[in-house]
This record gives sequence, C-alpha cells and structure tokens, in this order.
Amino acid sequence: MSNVTPPPLDLDRLIDDRRTRVIVCCGSGGVGKTTTAAAIGLRAAERGRHVVVLTVDPARRLAQSMGLSRLDNTPRVVPIPKRPRGDTDGAPDATPGGSLHAMMLDMKRTFDEIVEAHADPDRAAQILANPFYQSLSSGFSGTQEYMAMEKLGQLRRADEWDLIVVDTPPSRSALDFLDAPQRLGRFLDGRLIRLLVVPAKVGGRAYLKVLNAGFGMVTGVLTKVLGAQVLKDVQTFVSALDTMFGGFRERADYTYRLLRAPGTAFLVIAAPEPDALREASYFVERLAQEGMPLAGLVLNRVHRSPAARLSAARAVAAAETLQSADGQEPGPHALTIAALRLHAERMQLAAAERRVAEHFTTAHPHVPVAEVPAQPDDVHDLAGLGAVGDSFYTG
Amino acid sequence: MSTRDTDWEGVRLHVVTGKGGAGKTTAASALALALASGGKRVLLIEVEGRQGIAQVFDRPPLPYEERKIAVAPDSATQPGGDVYALVADPESALLEYLEMFYNLRHAGQALTRVGVMDFATTIAPGLRDVLLTGKAAEAVRRKKAGKLFYDAVVMDAPPTGRIGRFLNVTSEVSGLARVGPIRNHADTVQKVIHSPQTAVHFVTTLEEMPVQEVLDGIAELRGLPGGGIQIGGIMINMVRPTELPAQELRDVAAGGVDEHELALGLKAAGLDGSVRLAGDLAAELTEHAVAAVGQQEQRNRLAEPGQPCYELPFITDGIDLGGLYRLSVALRDQGAA
Repeated sequence: MSNVTPPPLDLDRLIDDRRTRVIVCCGSGGVGKTTTAAAIGLRAAERGRHVVVLTVDPARRLAQSMGLSRLDNTPRVVPIPKRPRGDTDGAPDATPGGSLHAMMLDMKRTFDEIVEAHADPDRAAQILANPFYQSLSSGFSGTQEYMAMEKLGQLRRADEWDLIVVDTPPSRSALDFLDAPQRLGRFLDGRLIRLLVVPAKVGGRAYLKVLNAGFGMVTGVLTKVLGAQVLKDVQTFVSALDTMFGGFRERADYTYRLLRAPGTAFLVIAAPEPDALREASYFVERLAQEGMPLAGLVLNRVHRSPAARLSAARAVAAAETLQSADGQEPGPHALTIAALRLHAERMQLAAAERRVAEHFTTAHPHVPVAEVPAQPDDVHDLAGLGAVGDSFYTG
Repeated sequence: MSTRDTDWEGVRLHVVTGKGGAGKTTAASALALALASGGKRVLLIEVEGRQGIAQVFDRPPLPYEERKIAVAPDSATQPGGDVYALVADPESALLEYLEMFYNLRHAGQALTRVGVMDFATTIAPGLRDVLLTGKAAEAVRRKKAGKLFYDAVVMDAPPTGRIGRFLNVTSEVSGLARVGPIRNHADTVQKVIHSPQTAVHFVTTLEEMPVQEVLDGIAELRGLPGGGIQIGGIMINMVRPTELPAQELRDVAAGGVDEHELALGLKAAGLDGSVRLAGDLAAELTEHAVAAVGQQEQRNRLAEPGQPCYELPFITDGIDLGGLYRLSVALRDQGAA
C-alpha cells in the first residue's frame, strides 16, 4: 500500500458546520474555481445554510443560470432547484430553510463606494474625476483582488448571511490574491507617493539625500518618462485622498484579520496537472506562514473510470485482438474497439493524474484532499452545479 | 533550400495570447521551436515575469538577457535552429531606456534601489506596456551586419482580457509624455504592431469560457482604431483524440451505447465478466461522446471568425521538452510555422 494517500476532505462536514462562516476558494487560473465556489454555495443552501456566493468572473452561461446578468454588486436570489429525495447517492435530503444569493464583483463601483464613504461629497467627486484614480480603480493590477477582499469585509459586516463563499479573481498565480491587495495598499501608502505630495517636507528630502539622489532628480526622471500631467494627476489624487489613507489601512487590516479568524476556511482548488498543483503547493505553504486556516485541497476535474478493474494494457491487447479479427475496414467489433481504446486512454490519464496528485501529497501529507470528478460537459446550469455538489458526499 | 508554405509568411512578430490556464506559454514555446526549425533564429519573449518559459524548458530562472535555451531538432532535409529567450521586465527595460536616451546609468540604478522604477511603471501601466512591446519591436527590427538578426520573435503576451490594451500602444501612452523619446518609441512600436509583420495568435482549450475569450479578443482587436491588428491563428490546446467518427459520437451522446453489442465484442476478445464490463465501458464511452460533442460545438464557434485553427494534442504526462517538440511538429504539420 502506498503511503501517499491523503486524509479525505469532507466538504459536507465543512459546509454543515455552523461555525464555518467564510469559505475562500483560491487557486491558479483555469482550474474551475468559480464553478467550485458556486457548487459549494448551492450545496450549502440545499443543506440549510443562508449563503451568498461572491463571484468575480463567471462564465456567461453559468452566470445567467444563477440569474446574474450584470456586474452590479448586488446579491441576487438564486432559486434552489427542487430535487426529489434521494434521486442520486449524493443528493442531500433537501433541508428546508436554506437560501442562496449570488453576486458579481464590480471592482470600480466597490472602489467608488469606499471613496464616497470616507470623503465628503466635494472631495469624493474630485477624486472620482481624477484620471489617475480612474486608471487605478479600473485597470490596476491588484485592484480586483483588493476589492474582492473589501467586498468580503462588507458582506461579513452586513451579517445577512451565515455563510459567504468567495471566488477569487482569475490570476495566473494563486498567491496574487494574498499579495496584490497589500502591494496596492503599500503603494498607496508608500514613501514615494507621499514624497510627491509633500516635497518640501524635510524628512522626505533627507531620506533621498541619504540615497545620493536628489528629489529634483526623482521628479525630473519621472517627468521625463511619464510626462508632467501624469505626475500632476497623481499628486492631486494623493492629496485629495490624504484623509482617507487611515481608512484604507483600517479596512484592509479588518479584512486580513477576518481571513485569520476562526470561521474562515480556505480551499485551494487545483486541476490534477503539474502547474496547477505546483501553485497549490506554494499557496498551502503561504497560508501556513500567514496563519490562515486551510481546510484542504479540492482536486477538480479528476478522471476516473467505472471499469478500473480492466487495466490499460489489457484493454489495448483486447482491442488489438479484435482489430486483427476485423481487419483494416471497420468491422463488427468497431464499437468495442473504440470503447477499449478509449478506456485505455482514460486509465493512462487517471494514472498520470494520480502521479501528480501524489507529488503534492508527498510534500503536504496532512492536507486533506477532496476529488471532484470531471464533468462530461461544461457546467453551465444549476443541475450541473448540483451534480458537482453531489460528489462532495463521502458517506 | 526548400520553401514550405506556411500560413504566416512575412510575419516576424508572433504575439500569443489566451485565457489563463489555456496553455499560452506552452503554445508560445512550441511555436518558437517550430519557427526555428530550418536553421532559423527565434527569440521567445516573456513579459509577465512568471518565469513560465524557464519552467517549460526545465531551466533555472532566466535573467533579463537574451540567451539560447533550445535547439530545434534537425531532420534529414532541414537543419536545426536556435531558440533564444528573454524575460523582459518593465523595470529593467526602463533602466535600459534611461541609459540609452538620457545617459542616466548610475542615477538610474540609484533610483531603482529606492523603488522609483517600480513606482513609475506602477502608476503608469501604459508605460509598462510600451516598454515591453518596445523590447519585442526592437528585436524584430534589430540588424547585424546589414541582416535581420532574428528570423522571428514570439511573445508570450498577457492574457486575452488585457491584450487589446497591451497592444494598443498609442492610446495607452496618450496620457503620458507627448514629446521626446517615449513618444517616438511608442510610435515605432505602434508601426510594427499594426504592420503585416505582426500577427496575434490565440490559445484556447475546447471549453466555453476560454473559447468565449478568444471570440471576444478577436472582436476587440478587429475593432481597434487604425485598421486593427492582424489576427493570427487559433491554437486549440490539449486536444484528446476521439475514437469514433463524428456521426457515431453524436448518436452515442444522444442515445447511449448498445451494451449487448459491446458485451459480445468483449467476449470475443476473451475478457471475463463481459456483461458488467460492457455496462461500465458503455457509461465511459457515452460520457466521452457527450464531452466530444460539446467540444465539437466549441470548435464550430471557433470557426466563426474565419481564422485558421491548429490542434495541439494533449500530452498525458505533463509538458517536458519531448512534449514540446511534439507540439512544435504538430504546428509545422498544420502550416502554422
């Protein structure tokens, strides 16, 4: 027996535990984070929780199926489809009383709201009209992550739901989600940006003198490469925002405390592929460093075979036997040959997937793992989400 | 020397984009290898600082420097070729730029240490992009002893969601300096990107979302002011073979499999428990057919823009150098390079 079997991750137990208040789904891009987050939300609602799912970038059809047609920052009710009791193994006994809401993040709107909440109307208008603010709030790397966190904080404070499921922004690296908001915060609060606002302050000048570079040279170089207007926009923006800086930091701190608090559970989502699992590894290590609670790894789109007792090698051999009986032209056994070849491929794929998953577990033997089987078709409706949710059933 | 017809004769800058997770870096690397075969010299540029190229070619992290990372295999009729790689980061590109135009080498280094370079490229994402596309444009135009230095440049570009803005250099820097070297630089880059020398290829898998991103990305690039940017091919990544003809797949997807026929076949092949096994294999085959029919739908959607599509086979054990060569051969066989 190999010693690389991970402890099982019981998602139903996580969902049923009323102490679980926030589930954060993270992972690198293209692994099915959004689908997993939505499936968890639906499953939890079916099991009696009052859930809101915060999605960032759902596939169009999936969004439509949840009644989300616009990025409008408003949680919408998603009707939970009625399912007959026990229609499949994993179907929950429809516990009454649950509810599901879903919303899509509008990062610019969220940013605007923070500005409006922390500045008087005149100053807010001034900030919102600033060209630098506009590029910061709509296109900056890190803004989406920052705003997703901000929204999570807002939903938590609103306290209308007993479970919040968060889908993190689609980035190449899972770590962006933790790093980007802080990077943005550091930038907004940073020394250089302060220097631009208060160039006359002695401290600023002294700081730069130490580094043998005069303040004039810094602005000189920046003006050369950026142009005077950009710098001016940044300066106006920063001085208008000055009173808000404390507010920004406070909010970010609140959200980060929330992420460390009991009641928050991180799920790392990965496909059984080397790149995705490497990212998952980084993320698991990072969560441990940060003291953030990891519930486990969801291995998404895993290929299994109902006929695993027939090995790939035997399937290929059997297909060859039939092929030589049939000859070159498609013969009476064409269907069986196709089924056997397909099975052999499926078994090889499953074995390859198992190998990469074992790599992960060797490095992180204590991280619980849940496998979600690959769905034959793109998941784009509530029935599909329900089927994904059914695979959480481990009993 | 034999000349082959490829779909992109005359294209020297290949920009490769796609949704995250679709295999952009892998496809760009395979394309670079494919373009290099036949004794060519190709530069592969990474612009997102993820060291994805180093991982694909199984190398330690690459510096900001053009270095040879792979040799395209030679064949009976064709000599091999060289693939160089460059990890272009905006800070270093800015430093290089300040040195070149303002002779600010030492000051630039001091400013880098205080974080000014990072700051400048952060507050002006347009500057960042023009510095990166500028590196590619420069490599495309570079000459040595009167001859073009690189036969082709392949750029592993930002994902589809950002590609329009990334390539639309002129409007990106319109808010920046209106005169001076950055402006001239942007104009040169713009000329290269809008010329027939440049093509933007899209990488996708046969799933709804990445396919949608390809269609949206193509529409966006076609709609850019100034005549748009040449759209290249669509590289369909991770394609698994189907074992049945299309019509039969549709029948199976719609109506399942004749388990009796399957059981007889399995029995004829000498497999035990053929009835139960037939049931399980039928389920597997039906699932496969449903997936294949769904994938065919996505293929049909990808045909809509009228661009050539290339299929890259799924490599079961993850991409290593051998897998990369296989992909590059597939691209050449299909006329992409």
